[in-house]
Amino acid sequence: MKAITWHGKHDVRCETVDDPEILNPRDAIVRITSTAICGSDLHLYDAYIPSMKPGDVLGHEFMGVVEEVGPASTLRKGQRVVVPFTISCGQCYHCSKQQYSACDNSNPADEQDIARELYGYPMSGLFGYSHMTGGYSGGQAEYVRVPYSDVGPLVIPDDSIEDDKVLFLTDILPTGWMGAENAQIEPGDTVAVWGCGPVGLFAVQSAFLMGAERVIAIDHFPHRLELAKRFGAECINFEESKVYEALVDMTGGIGPDASIDCVGLEAHGAFVDNIIDQIKVSTFLGTDRAHSIRQVILATRKGGRVSMPAVYGGFIDKFPLGAFMQKGLTLKTGQTHVQKYLRPLYTAIAEGKIDTTFLISHRMPLDEGPDGYKLFHDKQNEYTKVVLKPGLMAA
Amino acid sequence: MSDSSADAIAGERLHHDDAPVTASKEARPSRSLSGEAVTINRPAQELYDFWRNPANLVSVMENIAAIEPIDGKRSRWTVKAPGGKGVTWESVITKEVPGREIYWQSAEGADIANSGRIEFVDAGARGTIVRAVIAYDPPGGTIGQLIAKLFQREPRVQSRRDLHRFKQLMETGEVTTSARNQRERQERNDEQYATLEREQQA
Repeated sequence: MKAITWHGKHDVRCETVDDPEILNPRDAIVRITSTAICGSDLHLYDAYIPSMKPGDVLGHEFMGVVEEVGPASTLRKGQRVVVPFTISCGQCYHCSKQQYSACDNSNPADEQDIARELYGYPMSGLFGYSHMTGGYSGGQAEYVRVPYSDVGPLVIPDDSIEDDKVLFLTDILPTGWMGAENAQIEPGDTVAVWGCGPVGLFAVQSAFLMGAERVIAIDHFPHRLELAKRFGAECINFEESKVYEALVDMTGGIGPDASIDCVGLEAHGAFVDNIIDQIKVSTFLGTDRAHSIRQVILATRKGGRVSMPAVYGGFIDKFPLGAFMQKGLTLKTGQTHVQKYLRPLYTAIAEGKIDTTFLISHRMPLDEGPDGYKLFHDKQNEYTKVVLKPGLMAA
Repeated sequence: MSDSSADAIAGERLHHDDAPVTASKEARPSRSLSGEAVTINRPAQELYDFWRNPANLVSVMENIAAIEPIDGKRSRWTVKAPGGKGVTWESVITKEVPGREIYWQSAEGADIANSGRIEFVDAGARGTIVRAVIAYDPPGGTIGQLIAKLFQREPRVQSRRDLHRFKQLMETGEVTTSARNQRERQERNDEQYATLEREQQA
């Protein structure tokens, strides 16, 4: 089959690799019809995430048609399914508490050591996202092996709902939603959202649905800020305005009640701490660029809430722990427990309460995946979301 | 096995806190004693019954090629070794508390003398805490040293992986693999043994 494979920094290729097979009773093989490039794939593209190996198949946002099932799968051949990027067994202690991204069993025993060293306990397996999260082949391919297929995939019963409407159930929509949920929004709140990439834009929509009175969106790409405005957000362009000063003034000196960091470990911008972080990362003295979360902690009101769906991988310094403690902030974060949100969010899409297709700027055949990565990486203003369609023929 | 590791397995208190002896900062590095605990969301009796039948353990122990029962207490263990050099020993169950604990020890003349204890402690709604403590004696001879690498390069890592595979099998009905297909699964296994062979030659 054809698949998008990782070979190093800024080197992804479309190659022919061995087809996947059923290996365990609960497995299914899915033929991919749509698969997106995620902002977090760019962290792999920029080689910020350790434990990638040359030839690894990328992709954790995908959907398709069930091609083959193991004897213990509950899926049937021919069903259309959306597959969560988190792999979860459904039977361990964490899954029973709906903490699906903390699944104890989906990260294979011999792939857990790095995560245990780095995080204390290994996280769940993820599709196409390094060996630290299991070493699974991803879904930017013609076919994928889906373990625990009786737990993860959501069957889309209605053929009239096209892929583009439900594809983002795999990751970014539930991630934006959980980001807003973790901000514990109360009616009347002012919520600030750092980063208007796909997750940030879904967090803006979700925050309003959860009762926020005002949402203030922060980015530097004009097109992305326009999309946030379309959903009713007020905007701050950090290249034109000082974010902290703007937020203080816009909230009458109080600060946002809740803040959502949708930026993460590759923050943009010529801020002093960000430049120092970049030097540290390039010389292996640090791993993450963390300007946004520092600014979030400074700007959030006393006693406020911070939610951090943004991805961080390793260590940062100059974390404003004093401000965090003195103001009595609450921080909630984590990889998304996708399976928990699939059904309610599918219903919200089907009922037209959440718009998802506005995000897709480009659709390409799988062969053009490497270009898709480069363009999504280099032209973030125009390329808001790239969806690869293995069924499309290359131009 | 030295007396001190035997004491440790018997649970004799060497310290004044509640931590297990395997977490001790004073453990001598020459002693190969490792301990690992995992919580499994199944009843203790079910887990004990699985473990009491040694033939079951091949599916969760990465380094073991075969376990053949000899009688109710004894079984013959064969290690997967690089270059096809099979090494075996006889393992004897020396004490058992049904549903709770199993102790074992390798018989006289084993290439790699080992002993250990596995206990199953009821953890209420969370299932059962399974705790294994294993001691290896430093083996002699070339083959012994090679096998020691298989076991002792990181004995704690090895027993932790084995216990996690056991947990996966008991909780989900399968041992998790991230391989894309049979070929990749085989390649990943081969890779591990190739690394060991390289280390042996170095």
